Amino acid sequence: MANERRKLLEVSGLTMDFGGLRAIDSVGLDIHAGEIVALIGPNGAGKTTFFNCVTGIYTPTAGDIVIAPPDGSSRRINGLKPNAITSLGMARTFQNIRLFPAMTVLENVMIGRHCRTRSSILDVIVGGARTRREERETVATSYRLLEKVGLADLAGEYARNLSYGAQRRLEIARALATEPFLLLLDEPAAGMNPQETLELEALIARIRTDNELAILLIEHDMKLVMNISDRITVMEYGKKIAEGTPREIKENPKVIEAYLGEEAHA
Amino acid sequence: MTHFKKSLGIGLWFMFLTFPLMVVRVNTIDNVIEWRWSNVVWVGACAAAIAWLWQFSIERRAARHAAALADPHPQAKRHTLAQRLSDDPALTRRALIVAGLLAVVFPWVTSTTQNFYHINVMVSALIFVVLGLGLNITVGLAGLLDLGYIAFFAVGAYTYALLGQHLALGFWICLPLGGLVSMLFGLVLGFPILRLRGDYLAIVTLGFGSITKIILENWDTAFGGAAGIAGIARPEFFGMTLEGRMQSVYTYYIVLALVAATIFIVTRLKNSRIGRAWMALREDEIACEAMGVDMARTKLSAYALGAFWAGLVGVVFAAHNTFINPDSFTFMDSAMVLAMVVLGGMGSILGVIIAALTLKLLPEYLRAFAEYRMLVFGAVMVLMMIFRPQGLINDMRRKYELDTADDADGGDDNGK
Ligand SMILES: Nc1ncnc2c1ncn2[C@@H]1O[C@H](COP(=O)(O)OP(=O)(O)OP(=O)(O)O)[C@@H](O)[C@H]1O
Ligand SMILES: [Mg+2]
Repeated sequence: MANERRKLLEVSGLTMDFGGLRAIDSVGLDIHAGEIVALIGPNGAGKTTFFNCVTGIYTPTAGDIVIAPPDGSSRRINGLKPNAITSLGMARTFQNIRLFPAMTVLENVMIGRHCRTRSSILDVIVGGARTRREERETVATSYRLLEKVGLADLAGEYARNLSYGAQRRLEIARALATEPFLLLLDEPAAGMNPQETLELEALIARIRTDNELAILLIEHDMKLVMNISDRITVMEYGKKIAEGTPREIKENPKVIEAYLGEEAHA
Repeated sequence: MTHFKKSLGIGLWFMFLTFPLMVVRVNTIDNVIEWRWSNVVWVGACAAAIAWLWQFSIERRAARHAAALADPHPQAKRHTLAQRLSDDPALTRRALIVAGLLAVVFPWVTSTTQNFYHINVMVSALIFVVLGLGLNITVGLAGLLDLGYIAFFAVGAYTYALLGQHLALGFWICLPLGGLVSMLFGLVLGFPILRLRGDYLAIVTLGFGSITKIILENWDTAFGGAAGIAGIARPEFFGMTLEGRMQSVYTYYIVLALVAATIFIVTRLKNSRIGRAWMALREDEIACEAMGVDMARTKLSAYALGAFWAGLVGVVFAAHNTFINPDSFTFMDSAMVLAMVVLGGMGSILGVIIAALTLKLLPEYLRAFAEYRMLVFGAVMVLMMIFRPQGLINDMRRKYELDTADDADGGDDNGK
């Protein structure tokens, strides 16, 4: 189903060295509009590093990352700053949750609106009608996103007081507030109980249709991955070892070998 | 009962500890040793009382903490004054009006035409309130530790002094100029330290503060060296120079207006897109950047704005004192302003104001106990760190009004 769709992200030959360690070795990956693609692999395979390269936190040693936002433009984004990449339309969540703990739940989401709003320091001091409208819209949009992830009741609570699962959902809401066309989720189900994971699965599916975006997902929960992904890419020791539909991946001998011992999960 | 025994023990221990200091005195005139036995009783009683109070409050705090933990509804927490104020706009308005009125009548009720000491003290204190509010942007909101903040204050003060001396520019022109020059320094310093955090940032800003002072001290031809610059013009009032009490009252109102403007602007900024970006930067730089906030810009703006207020109020300081020298801009002053921000509660405007007034006014009126000033100061600091490590006033998070009528027109852009 994916091939007739537009390519949103095209990564080719991506390589990342940390000193002598090659954390990613010439990995390629494409994502098309509306797709959910999973990136899986054993611990230390380089999945998070891949995210960090794509979102500008690291500058890759080699390779090309080209994005083509829905507006029709297309550009290579290697070495751009994270905030620039987010402004272009890719937003992420973090494996080790990185919220703003001493800010409220609502404010956390409002930060996501920063790159979509314009009020300058002077505007804010003057407090004109446009600035106030922008602020109202920020609140309204953020609140709706909280409703979507089921956190509206906790809008005024400090982010640090949320449960683990709620914090992960808040990260998703915050990322959505930046209006991405591609959402990158780094182990969104980590630390969730089976019930929460089920809800998360429904949420991800809903986000894809409602917000019309593509999702790149790192996840260790094989049930979730197999249920929700259109395609799966498997990494091991920094290399891509397989790529295909969930069914193909399940039967791929290389993947089974890499996951030996973790098979029980799948 | 155990408390009582423990307190007694502590009292005895203090009697023993302070014995050489408080009891024995060598009278060098008559060459005799005086034994002041009554002191020992006082020391013992006071130490025991304080120890008892101390244990009592520790116990209460623990109890309160346990109660808070057991409380299933965190929403229904005990309402503090700050919480009530932020929840009830009418109450806030009334409190503000009362505070404003008090501030306006203050110079008239506390002074006579001969004696206006209290006004001058208050002017110095309010100058530090503005400094505290300015540093609150950099440290409290944006989380950029600045140990050389007073240097920006110096930049403002010297800008006015020099412009007045060489170009005969008046106070009102120099006021914004001082702020702008200082802001420029903030930007220049801000660029190289953009990548630094925590300890490194602290060291570089500390260095900047010291270098500024050293330059002022040693460049005699430009800045008057250690002797400083004297004969700085006081603020003019529509071309006139006021005298005596009226001059002090006038300066007082200028600083008061400055304080009000600062509060207004900082509050606006804090509850805006800009202020939220500063706080996010303080909380987590990486997440902040990944969520689309331009870190360089946000840091620089926090730095430059903080410097701006210091420069602005530096001009007032120079005009008020008519004399400045490098001794007014030492590391102790930077530390003092920083203490105001930390004691007040990082980011809390009300807290910083209270802390600034306390830290400046207390020592002034405690001059009688000048020898013990630093002791009291230290004791207050230690007590604060133990009982309210988060500062006097918790920074209350604003509750945002959700305007449902607005949903219709704002609803098409995202996340329907
Ligand atoms: N900043 C860094 N400096 C040096 N080495 C790093 C850095 N970041 C990651 N690595 C190394 O790169 C390799 C890949 O790490 P990465 O975090 O990408 O793995 P992962 O696939 O996300 O694993 P997990 O499933 O445990 O999250 C690891 O060997 C890690 O130690
Ligand atoms: Mg990882």
